[in-house]
Amino acid sequence: MLLAVICAIILAAGLGYMEISVSDIFRVVWAKISGNMNSLTDIDPAVPFVLLDVRLPRILTAALVGGGLALSGVVYQGILLNPLADPYTLGISSGAAFGASLALLANISLVGCFSVPFAAFAGAVATLFVVLRLSSFNGRMSANTLILSGVIVGAILSAGISFMKYLADEQVAVIIFWLMGSFASRSWSDVLLVSLALVPGLFMTFFYAGDLNILSLGGRSAESLGVETGRVRLILLLTASLVTAVCVAVSGIIGFIGLVVPHLMRFLVGPDNRRLLAVSVPAGACLLLLTDTITRAVLPVEIPIGVLTALIGGPFFCLIFRRRQQGVQYD
Amino acid sequence: MTDGYRLQNVSYAYEEQSPVLRDLNLVIQPGEFYGIVGPNGCGKTTFLDLLVGGREPDRGEIYLDDRLLNSYPRRELARRVALVPQDFAIGFAFPVAEVVLMGRHPYINRFGLPAAHDRELARQAMEFIGISDFAGRKVNELSGGEKQRVVVARALAQDTRILLFDEATSNLDVRFTLQIFNLARQLVREKGRTVIAVIHNLNLAAAYCRELIFMKQGKIVCNGPIDQVLKSEIIEDVFGVEANIAIDPFSRTRQVSYRYWSD
Repeated sequence: MLLAVICAIILAAGLGYMEISVSDIFRVVWAKISGNMNSLTDIDPAVPFVLLDVRLPRILTAALVGGGLALSGVVYQGILLNPLADPYTLGISSGAAFGASLALLANISLVGCFSVPFAAFAGAVATLFVVLRLSSFNGRMSANTLILSGVIVGAILSAGISFMKYLADEQVAVIIFWLMGSFASRSWSDVLLVSLALVPGLFMTFFYAGDLNILSLGGRSAESLGVETGRVRLILLLTASLVTAVCVAVSGIIGFIGLVVPHLMRFLVGPDNRRLLAVSVPAGACLLLLTDTITRAVLPVEIPIGVLTALIGGPFFCLIFRRRQQGVQYD
Repeated sequence: MTDGYRLQNVSYAYEEQSPVLRDLNLVIQPGEFYGIVGPNGCGKTTFLDLLVGGREPDRGEIYLDDRLLNSYPRRELARRVALVPQDFAIGFAFPVAEVVLMGRHPYINRFGLPAAHDRELARQAMEFIGISDFAGRKVNELSGGEKQRVVVARALAQDTRILLFDEATSNLDVRFTLQIFNLARQLVREKGRTVIAVIHNLNLAAAYCRELIFMKQGKIVCNGPIDQVLKSEIIEDVFGVEANIAIDPFSRTRQVSYRYWSD
């Protein structure tokens, strides 16, 4: 799977307005790593610039965000015991978007270029806590009330975002375009930001993946099997929300990756979360990178990637959903 | 080795509500078959939750092997007490064999794989319950009764001295009900395990349990050996129905018969 990601990255790096051959990609990257840029005299001087400062940051961000969304999807689905769950069901994406919109609208620049991600993260975590508070009784959470609370809070936040769009006047285009999701003009700082969230997130989820399996038996059974249900759920939800928030902050709302990828991978490798994580994260990276490459290099006009994933993923998902329901009926 | 419970003045209440369990005092001896009976909503399931450590009492203490129950780490407790819950929905399409193997979770290291010993115990549990035939099937494709037997097998694979059943046979037909109860009886008699079962059917309780605990509105009304506590006046007090208790000549056990109506 990792190999597939690397291949996809190389493939995507070559495509675009300026075609770059695979050998040139390797030479430029190697020259950069070895610090010996003078060896590239026979290559068009624009190539290293396009590759290193424009394409690679964008490609890596897309891959990392894809992996991050898939990771969040696995975690949310595992905890909510619902194969149709994703960051939206919990209202986390809306919370992050709300925070980021607020920052964009108010033009807050407290922490420099990190202010939008920071606001998104604050929004996501605040939403998470409101949702958790709404859905826990007697110190316990139930998966059903968690989804309901998420939907309620998400609806309120969406209304809030609409209100901000209404208020935004001339700035509305910025918010709308960002909300639809885009990887255009991503920089190395975005790559760094997403990696900072994704790498610890991966460690955390792998650490608790075995417990997540047991959690699919239900909270009570999991507890009687020695899993600290409340703590594992909280840590995993926090981890996934952080990853989601950073993804939303960097690229806007990109739907269906977190939903479709874990779902499809479950068909392939079964429900064991350890295996599921190991394949879903690279698969999410490949899928989003591929989609982004299509919007960037194949389509004549660049359309927002969030729109594209929804347009491709939505019907595809309906199909799977129908087939599943039919299977259940004929049992 | 003693695996007994001791409860002292245990009370439990859900958030800002009147207590569900009030002032429970009880000693549960190891190696016996206990039945908990009482009307719906009298706190039986909450009581089992306290015993398995899923909830902590608001007041009072629960001791297991003379040690405070909430001083056990979760995993260690899971090696002593197993629960067969009432609801057994399983979220994802795990194969039956994997679900049973999950019973070994408290023994397996976080990053370790199940040892041959773990696999063997899971295999034995499946054979014991008679579900080896569908070990490879997906658990969400099974019928309610089949699922329930998978859950019982998982609890057996957990290999604990104490087994808690929360109406574990409510979804099973009479044949599988008797199978599960006979198995529990066998574990008590041959291996000295302790079984504590919430049972709705008084006749099942009468046939299998050595000790009965009658509960009503969060309190223990009375408890003791079956021949001392299974009486028509107690049943009338707890359930509000008229009943007669007699030795049934066919099964040679105490059986309860009810006055269904009075014309």
